[in-house]
Amino acid sequence: MVKKILAHGYLWLLLLLLYSPIIIIMIYSFTEAKVLGNWSGFSTKLYTSLFATGTHHSLANALINTITIGIIAATVSTLLGTITAIGAYSLRPGSRKVFSFVNNIPILNGDIIIGISLFLLFVSWGISQGYITVVLAHITFCTPYVVLSVLPRLKQMNPNIYEAALDLGATPMQALRKVIVPEILPGMISGFILAFTLSIDDFAVTVFTIGNEGLETLSTYIYSDARKGGLTPELRPLSTIIFIAVLVLLIIINRRAGKKKEA
Amino acid sequence: MLNSFRNIFNSRKSWTIPYVIFAAIFVVLPLFLIVLYAFMDDAGRFTFGNFTKFFLHPEAVNTFVYSIGVAIVTTVLCIIFGYPAAYILTRMKMKYADTIVMLFILPMWVNILIRTLATVALFDFVSIPLGEEALIFGMVYNFIPFMIYPIYNTLKKLDSSYIEAAEDLGATPFQIFYKVIVPLSMPGVVSGILMVFMPTISTFAISELLTMNNIKLFGTTIQENINNSLWNYGAALSLIMLFLIGATTLFASDDKDNDEGGGLW
Repeated sequence: MVKKILAHGYLWLLLLLLYSPIIIIMIYSFTEAKVLGNWSGFSTKLYTSLFATGTHHSLANALINTITIGIIAATVSTLLGTITAIGAYSLRPGSRKVFSFVNNIPILNGDIIIGISLFLLFVSWGISQGYITVVLAHITFCTPYVVLSVLPRLKQMNPNIYEAALDLGATPMQALRKVIVPEILPGMISGFILAFTLSIDDFAVTVFTIGNEGLETLSTYIYSDARKGGLTPELRPLSTIIFIAVLVLLIIINRRAGKKKEA
Repeated sequence: MLNSFRNIFNSRKSWTIPYVIFAAIFVVLPLFLIVLYAFMDDAGRFTFGNFTKFFLHPEAVNTFVYSIGVAIVTTVLCIIFGYPAAYILTRMKMKYADTIVMLFILPMWVNILIRTLATVALFDFVSIPLGEEALIFGMVYNFIPFMIYPIYNTLKKLDSSYIEAAEDLGATPFQIFYKVIVPLSMPGVVSGILMVFMPTISTFAISELLTMNNIKLFGTTIQENINNSLWNYGAALSLIMLFLIGATTLFASDDKDNDEGGGLW
């Protein structure tokens, strides 16, 4: 019993340490002080000024860019990754090995290497860097993760049901749509979520491919902010809202998954 | 003509073609460009100059060695603190454990730079000086979920009949842990090491923010050179890091032939 309490205590202590910075952000999102760590009385001014139009135009733009880039990159890499995984599944073992080697490169390479290598690619081709180059870069490092989350689903699938669909007169396209896709859908969804998360959280690849036309994502905005010496106070309520939104979303997903298991 | 087209379409192997082309352009070619730029001077002539510049520049070499040190210490600390956590999780009821695992991963949804800045605020709050300890603590804090999750995944799949067999054969709990559980969980530890060591070695903004620019890691050195348009030198430094990453991967894949090891997802 004592052992159990100690063990659980250890986990909760770790979690407390892990969450303490986030808790600090949340607490200090309710004060007006410019510097994180100063308390100048309770206030919700940061929240109202975050939503007031015009006051923080550049921050709003950075947020919109981050989200749209994330959605485009995640959508494209989910489609590309799924098609690729279905193809890779029917490769012969030899070619599959080569394929998985190439697929693993962006996963194992540090962000900085991906960023610099793409930077050199765009520079040497004379492509001006901006929104499109960032999206391409994000697709590059997201797709392998989608492939990796769809492939196990294909491996678990009973290969006979696809053949059965064909025998029963389905065209290969129909068999794909009505048999394979429903089976691998959970893998596609977790691939999409993972890709979106990687995209919105990315800094190292973005900073090398974003160019200097004034385009900002949340990460580059925060970085240049921090280098100037201070963090825009409105980032505190923004992070709080994002965190709560994700928390609620995960709880809902978990509940639904739990219900499905019981049913 | 139409028929052969249909054959290609029906053979699902060909579905890999779009990505293979994409990867050739955006993954493989850029890596060759790093190699190309690394062996070139400003005028585009072949040279080893970028590498001799690095090895003759003690500050750069020191930063490189120091970064490896920080990455090793971070990885070891992540194992020391992460392994017990993963082990405790596997002893819990599944539903409860899965929730806690999710709680460990959740902070990753808050932008990494904001989390880092909040860590800085936390250190200020309890007046920890922003130096080496802060850097390592911040790194462990950022990367420990990547260690816990793969270890938890391998431990979860561990066949309990091995443990029972060891018990039947008279092993003490301590022996069971060291001789059965630890060796069988090695694949998870190895993927954890990869997932912590690699990002730590190549990180740059985090170290800057955590130490107020007092401590420079190799990633920062590379970024500064690229920013100052010293592309060839920057490419050479990237190539050196690439070798390090390659060596680590080879070392890790040596005893990890199954891809069931359990990545983060």
